[in-house]
Amino acid sequence: MTSVITVPPSLDDHTFEQVVEQLAAVPRDGKLLVDARHTTWASPYGLTALLTLGQTLDERASFAVPETEKTASYWARTGFFKYADELYDLRGSVPKGRGGESSVLLEITPVIKSEDVHDVVGRIQQKAQQILSSELSIDAKATVGFAMTLSEICQNIVEHAGRGGWVAVQTYTWRRRLANRRVVVIAVCDAGQGFRQSLESAPSFVRNDRWDDAAALEAAVIRGVSRFRDPGRGQGIAGVRRYLSRWDGKLSVRSGTAKIAILPNWDDDVPLAEKLAPFPGAQIQVTIPERVSGGPR
Amino acid sequence: MMHIDVSSVLRQTLSCELYSNLVTRPTGAAVRTQIEALLADSHERSLTVIDFSHVGMIDFSCADEVIAKLLLRYVAEERVEREAYFLFRGVTDDHWDAIETVLERHGLALVMETDDGARVVGIVNDGERVAWEKVYELGRTQPADLADALGSGPDHAARMLDGLHRRRLLMRLDGCYIAVGGLGEPHG
Repeated sequence: MTSVITVPPSLDDHTFEQVVEQLAAVPRDGKLLVDARHTTWASPYGLTALLTLGQTLDERASFAVPETEKTASYWARTGFFKYADELYDLRGSVPKGRGGESSVLLEITPVIKSEDVHDVVGRIQQKAQQILSSELSIDAKATVGFAMTLSEICQNIVEHAGRGGWVAVQTYTWRRRLANRRVVVIAVCDAGQGFRQSLESAPSFVRNDRWDDAAALEAAVIRGVSRFRDPGRGQGIAGVRRYLSRWDGKLSVRSGTAKIAILPNWDDDVPLAEKLAPFPGAQIQVTIPERVSGGPR
Repeated sequence: MMHIDVSSVLRQTLSCELYSNLVTRPTGAAVRTQIEALLADSHERSLTVIDFSHVGMIDFSCADEVIAKLLLRYVAEERVEREAYFLFRGVTDDHWDAIETVLERHGLALVMETDDGARVVGIVNDGERVAWEKVYELGRTQPADLADALGSGPDHAARMLDGLHRRRLLMRLDGCYIAVGGLGEPHG
């Protein structure tokens, strides 16, 4: 019997939880269909997370592509189907075209090794400068910090995940929470060992009664703890947090059964969500909104 | 004086002409290793210009590997067999966030070349900063010269000079102290 996971009509970091909850309920050894036929929109997080979902499955699953031509065409332009084809048996009409999508700052790109991070940073710089200043009214000087943020988050995969992941960057208009302001979103998702297992591998690691995925995320994201003894480690996420506080941005990190978020005033997400359905690896999202009044805070 | 163009070292390290950004920890470690290999050929006392002029950007991890670890190895602890001094050139706002962060993290300071000379940046207290600036102004400085300039006692001036020398922000030559980047000439 084939189990079906239904992808929500609008797929982002919040609604992806519905996918993970369905995944937790299906038998690991059975056939699986990931059904995105009725999905009409997906954020970079949603698309990269769907790829990591494919990575986690013991048996190759089927994937029903969106029926709406506009959606399928957009997913094709982000590069989704190129990588999905390596992980799933694609069902339905898969558009061939790629490229030409102006809101895609960085199409879905695999991150496996250090050189991939160089490639990602090199590709993003010029376009990021143009988008940040013209669409988000963010000072061109912020481009460097944006590239640094992207670099550090991608390095999380190279340094800690133990297997490859994906990154995507996109701009779009947020109608609900930000009253039609533009945002730029970075999503970096992997299905590797996750924060808890990474920190547990530290030689000095001592388990305590409340050690779990949430505690691991608090340690890494809030306190800059790393599995390495090197005192210079852990600066990457601290630097990302500093950059985001300057530009009123949001950072959220999901790993295992928990999700932690550094929240700006405009967002009503919870700072820490625990006891979520389990999902391997780490899924990171950075959101930077359009400036409405000029320079950094 | 040795001059190391970090961008050239980066390209040699990655064997790729396309990359001008100092990103990722492995890249930083490889670049630092290459710089250390170049320094291995230097004399027992050396002043090296580390030139960032052609580096696009540097991230935190790379700054930690290239700058913090280089300084920690050659500067933060006294090495009797070799005195290595560094002057950082071509550091722009695009590099500064990452460099400042790692200097703060490790309690380090360095001398940076600016349009109008040189200045000490990073973790130095007010007394150290004033003393370094006095030595930079004075050129070759003995403890008595600094004591006069600061209006302090000679012992305090001597301790200050010794502390800045241990941090490799001042060079010691024939009983005198010279600010890194100052070349021993008065800059008053």
